[in-house]
Amino acid sequence: MSEPLIEVKNLKMYFPVRSGFKTLQLKAVDDVTFDVGRGETLGLVGESGCGKTTVGRTLLRLYEPTAGEIRFNGEPVTGKNITAMRKEMQMVFQDPYSSLDPRMTVEDIIGEPLDVHHLCANRKERREKILELMSYVGLNAEHARRYAHEFSGGQRQRIGIARALAVDPKFIVCDEPVSALDVSIQAQVINMFEDLQEKLGVAYLFIAHDLLVVHHISKRIAVMYLGKIVEIADSDELNEHPIHPYTESLLSAVPIPDPDVTRARKRILLEGDVPSPLHMPTGCAFRTRCRFATEQCAKECPALTDRGNGHQVACWNR
Amino acid sequence: MAEKLLSVQDLHTSFFTDAGEVQAVNGVSFDLDRGEILGIVGESGSGKSVTAYSIMQILADTGKITGGKILYHGVDISGWTERQMQEFRGKCCSIIFQDPMTSLNPVFTIGDQIMEAITLHTPKKGKEAEDRAVELLTLVGINEPEKRIRQYPFELSGGMRQRVMIAMALACEPDILIADEPTTALDVTIQAQILELMQDLQKKLGMAVILVTHDLGVIADMCDNIVVMYGGRICERGTAHEIFYNPRHEYTRGLLRSIPNVNNMKKKLIPISGTPINMLNMPKGCAFCPRCDSAMKICLAEKPEELLINENHKAACWLNVRDAFEGREAGK
Repeated sequence: MSEPLIEVKNLKMYFPVRSGFKTLQLKAVDDVTFDVGRGETLGLVGESGCGKTTVGRTLLRLYEPTAGEIRFNGEPVTGKNITAMRKEMQMVFQDPYSSLDPRMTVEDIIGEPLDVHHLCANRKERREKILELMSYVGLNAEHARRYAHEFSGGQRQRIGIARALAVDPKFIVCDEPVSALDVSIQAQVINMFEDLQEKLGVAYLFIAHDLLVVHHISKRIAVMYLGKIVEIADSDELNEHPIHPYTESLLSAVPIPDPDVTRARKRILLEGDVPSPLHMPTGCAFRTRCRFATEQCAKECPALTDRGNGHQVACWNR
Repeated sequence: MAEKLLSVQDLHTSFFTDAGEVQAVNGVSFDLDRGEILGIVGESGSGKSVTAYSIMQILADTGKITGGKILYHGVDISGWTERQMQEFRGKCCSIIFQDPMTSLNPVFTIGDQIMEAITLHTPKKGKEAEDRAVELLTLVGINEPEKRIRQYPFELSGGMRQRVMIAMALACEPDILIADEPTTALDVTIQAQILELMQDLQKKLGMAVILVTHDLGVIADMCDNIVVMYGGRICERGTAHEIFYNPRHEYTRGLLRSIPNVNNMKKKLIPISGTPINMLNMPKGCAFCPRCDSAMKICLAEKPEELLINENHKAACWLNVRDAFEGREAGK
């Protein structure tokens, strides 16, 4: 296999949180290792607060990581070269309402990355490039002079995607790009992501909580729980043969839009709620809700181990 | 035939905004039987929540029921005064909302908020009401209920708060529970817990449930009957089986095509083209026709009436009428 496009090694992102006189460490991302291949889509799923968005943001150094290494094309991404690196790595945000500047026209929003990286020699070239990008994402030329508020949610998300594509990146972090959209519009945007990947060969880290969507779009899926990756595998493999008990219950909890199938299934209900990331359980973070938990789980945190065909799981008992 | 528990007949609800009248609900009719779980599904702006709020008469100030009847045990409640409605809400029909973070009052304890409903609608007072609150919290699966009733909403997680909302809604054993996107704000594993709880309680207490949601998965899991709404109108209704396996309206078909297929995940999605309609500028004919690939001339000009497909299924689409004339099955 050729060298992966993105390599993440032992990435840690801790946030200090003041609690009375003490300062606690909130371990949003705790020792995460994974890679993304060229032109591949890696899905990242997990419940709210599990650190999936933080992983995405830390990759682009929107946060300065506490520890760990991120490599793009074999080259380390550091605070110094990140401005240049962002020509290769871009991001699409969850909320199409707050991620576009209301005082800029669509043309300027999409044109800003071109200006930052000095990609266009003159105004005519800039204008042509912007129109080309707009046609990629299905916006009309007459939209160029309008402002973001004049568009619907789905169209705004298209503007956000066009902006990310402007610098011709190799890698895009998509942070819940469709969860704010209506079902009928979701499909349009998902298809667009797929078409663009085919056409431009861009790789995605696709962060979402909707498992059906992630399964559809991703080649591989990583499952996160409380700052750690608990399982990572090929998406069909993960859905058919989940190994980690958390993945298992997560998949069984997804309501499937097919009455016969969904009613015939047995849900594996998890007890209680996700523990606070400020007071993490010792050992395996999932053990407080796990049906298989043993003493060993409380003592030591399991590492990701390969169970064949790149199916990696972090669990003592499965 | 036995009287229906709730019968909504030709309901029209409008909002009077500065930009003009918005007809959010435009001639909606449906019946609800005792112990039935009815799902109302649609996109944002389809009028599904407004339909639910109209039943409870908890519309925003600009909103008004402009026509139609809401019969509860055969009595029209759409013209009831606020005082009469206060009797109705909680006792006969109660509602839980999407966001458990904002629908509880942050300055009162959980116990106070549940007991408010109990003391308002039942003769129970003081200690008796408190006992009932503890009983309700136990019923919805909250541990240490004696401790919880002294806690404030911020001390509970999202899933717990939604359980408290359900406990409040069930305080006076209503005949009807309206759940407006009850699990949309929750994570999947918590959503599974809440759905399981609602199914259990429904079996135990036998109330009827109106489940309003945009999530076809939740609908498939929970509902006996389904109403599909678009642009303030009902486009299709029927049993869960009929809607999912034999959809007869282009919008329902489009919705089902646009979600990932469980049996074939790599199959390309077929989205519904266009954008959701602008409610200020409704088309004259079928509300869905600007986005419909199979639209005909008549779809632009005239609203389709509901056509009986079989005894469990009705759809309002001109294609069915055309196919009936041509003597073949629709969509084939």
